[in-house]
Amino acid sequence: MDLRYSEADQVFRHALRTWLAEAVPARGKSPSIHDWEARRAYDTGWQRKLFDAGYAGINWPKEFGGRGASLMEELIYYEEMSRANAPGVGMNFVGVRHGGPTLIAEGTDQQKADHLPRILRGEEVWCQGFSEPNAGSDLAALRTSAVRDGDHYVVNGQKIWTSFGHVADFCELLVRTDSNSKHGGISWLVMPMDLDGIEIRPLPTLHGESDFSEMFLENVRIPIENRVGEENDGWRVTNVTLRFERGTAWAADIVHLQQTLVSLCELARATTRDEETAWNDRALRREIGHLSAEVESVWAMVKLQVSELAKTGVPGLGGSVIKLAYTELNQRVFELGTRLLGRAALSRDDVDGMPSLGMVDRYLQTLSLTIAAGSSQIQRNIISERMLGMPKEPRAN
Amino acid sequence: MPFEAVVEQAVKPFDGALWRDLAELGVLSLRTRENDGGLGLGMAEAVLVFAELGRRLLPGPLIWSALIAGLLPEVGKGGLVVTGLDQTRPASGPLMIEHWEGSNTLIVLDVEGVRRIETDALQARAVETPLDPLTPVHQIHALPPGERLADSATCQRLWSEGALLTAAQQLGIAVATLEYATSYALEREQFDRPIGSFQAIKHMLADMLVRKEQAMAAVYAAAATMDGRGVDDPQRMISTAKLIAGEAAHKNARGCLQIYGGMGYVWEMPPHFYLKRAFVLENGFGTMDEHADRIADRLGASATR
Ligand SMILES: Cc1cc2nc3c(=O)[nH]c(=O)nc-3n(C[C@H](O)[C@H](O)[C@H](O)COP(=O)(O)OP(=O)(O)OC[C@H]3O[C@@H](n4cnc5c(N)ncnc54)[C@H](O)[C@@H]3O)c2cc1C
Repeated sequence: MDLRYSEADQVFRHALRTWLAEAVPARGKSPSIHDWEARRAYDTGWQRKLFDAGYAGINWPKEFGGRGASLMEELIYYEEMSRANAPGVGMNFVGVRHGGPTLIAEGTDQQKADHLPRILRGEEVWCQGFSEPNAGSDLAALRTSAVRDGDHYVVNGQKIWTSFGHVADFCELLVRTDSNSKHGGISWLVMPMDLDGIEIRPLPTLHGESDFSEMFLENVRIPIENRVGEENDGWRVTNVTLRFERGTAWAADIVHLQQTLVSLCELARATTRDEETAWNDRALRREIGHLSAEVESVWAMVKLQVSELAKTGVPGLGGSVIKLAYTELNQRVFELGTRLLGRAALSRDDVDGMPSLGMVDRYLQTLSLTIAAGSSQIQRNIISERMLGMPKEPRAN
Repeated sequence: MPFEAVVEQAVKPFDGALWRDLAELGVLSLRTRENDGGLGLGMAEAVLVFAELGRRLLPGPLIWSALIAGLLPEVGKGGLVVTGLDQTRPASGPLMIEHWEGSNTLIVLDVEGVRRIETDALQARAVETPLDPLTPVHQIHALPPGERLADSATCQRLWSEGALLTAAQQLGIAVATLEYATSYALEREQFDRPIGSFQAIKHMLADMLVRKEQAMAAVYAAAATMDGRGVDDPQRMISTAKLIAGEAAHKNARGCLQIYGGMGYVWEMPPHFYLKRAFVLENGFGTMDEHADRIADRLGASATR
């Protein structure tokens, strides 16, 4: 294993770092989480800046306007973004990280031409209409139906947890086109969000803001040419999407955790306990040291995977291992942050100018990590069944 | 070594024949320069070998041999057998020495450097009930000065290598206990099905796999860094490896014992041998707590405010 960066990697890093040094301060502060218009402008504006500088779609192939970066460059990209405290991918997540990549892998030429450039330029926001009230972990149990009528599908049903549903322009929609086969009766559609019959009901999260919604579909007419992949072959396409969704997105979060630990040291220095700084508390330092070792080793797992992938070209099941490890670790790091704040954590904002580094809100955010994109329990099932050969869970059909 | 042999070994003192075999294979001189009759391997290769030694529960002063063979080539050939004592952070309490029987020389690491003391010059009492049946322990009460072998810089390097080779053995324990637990979970049936079909067991196994993978990545990354093929602070990587692999060894051995049920409490079964070895290794070359403190100190130094 060689963890050093090549000459080319270092050139890439340097150019990115130089660009970020100017671009990030120029972005200004992120808007209030309640101001949706400003949030959309902020997120898509940053996407446009990335595009203009040649950093949009970092892992997309060059022929589709992406950077075509190697996996190592992608890791460097996340490292530098985090180091510079650059804006996150925000509401471009679905389009840039899995909607677009799914079209690249499975879409028609027309679909690619219609959407890929616009996603990269921040002109199209996408959302994901997969989950339903009765189809969560058991996603293939979904019931939203699509019935052919001429050159359209007529869609009826309900989706839930649709992140950014109320600001999105397009939706990756899973529908049932055959009710006789569970996994073999699903199709994957691109749904424009301005069609008649779509009703979005905001669903406030534990943050008190409606980052996701319920989506009711009544006789929504979607052109058949909007289908991605064959009819009833949508489960396979879904797995392509999920692989991208679970792909390397977490790398950014892990890098961020390392920086959070440094921030925790700073917070500990600034916090007084028993007339001493909390940093003098041996137990606290030890806990920070322990968490740091865990973050470092999870990052080592990522690098090991990347160097293996570069050798074999085959992504393994390592994604489940890393997802399980880093999501739970993430929660522990921010939980320590809130403990360090003590009673100041009773406020989600800074109290008396004492910087809380947003620990409380960030802790609340981490709570979704072990639920969304395959819960920790589902990851453990996957690991024990597919990597250790344990008997499969009972399945309904 | 098959598991039956491990149990047999447990009641034997030092096994000279096994030691000579290991020397012949080059295991005791992995890191020694080729000019001095060693294999001249880097840490990246050494950790693979030591993980395997840990996985097979090989007994004997393996790490001390690997560390000292570079200074005393006779050690690598199996002619001179050394054991050692890490006094870089001297604590009160008894001086406990592993694998005294069969060793001719005691190596001491302390803040001033590396010393050697001939075992003839020491009064040692065998501990009647060692925790790990495969790690006999002696107690001594005083340390004479002995002979200076190397300076403090060498001492620090040896300590770092010792910590990482120990971590590699701990990784081996995490690997082996996951393997044993996996096969047992598939074989053993209760309620008319393999116990591995119960989620409580499946999820324990999944967590064991994650810990094993994490330990492996940490150990490999630290080794690459020590060989000069990394970008991070080697000391932080070594502490990370020792801490994460130590935790993986202990927790996976515990998990394995639990998954074996009553069989896990039986002498002739593997789990307790691994758990006990995990205890021994945890107490060599810095405990988890010591390494966590070292990491926090380095992290704190990089935090400016
Ligand atoms: C912040 C956030 C954003 C999201 N955004 C989107 C989005 O944009 N689009 C979208 O389609 N979906 C989205 N989701 C939905 C997400 O994918 C689901 O919440 C997830 O798949 C779990 O489904 P569920 O909520 O129905 O929980 P359930 O499946 O009902 O699970 C409930 C509990 O049961 C456990 N459980 C379930 N099955 C098993 C099993 N076989 N073995 C052991 N335990 C089991 C789970 O681990 C969990 O603890 C989002 C979720 C969150 C939290």
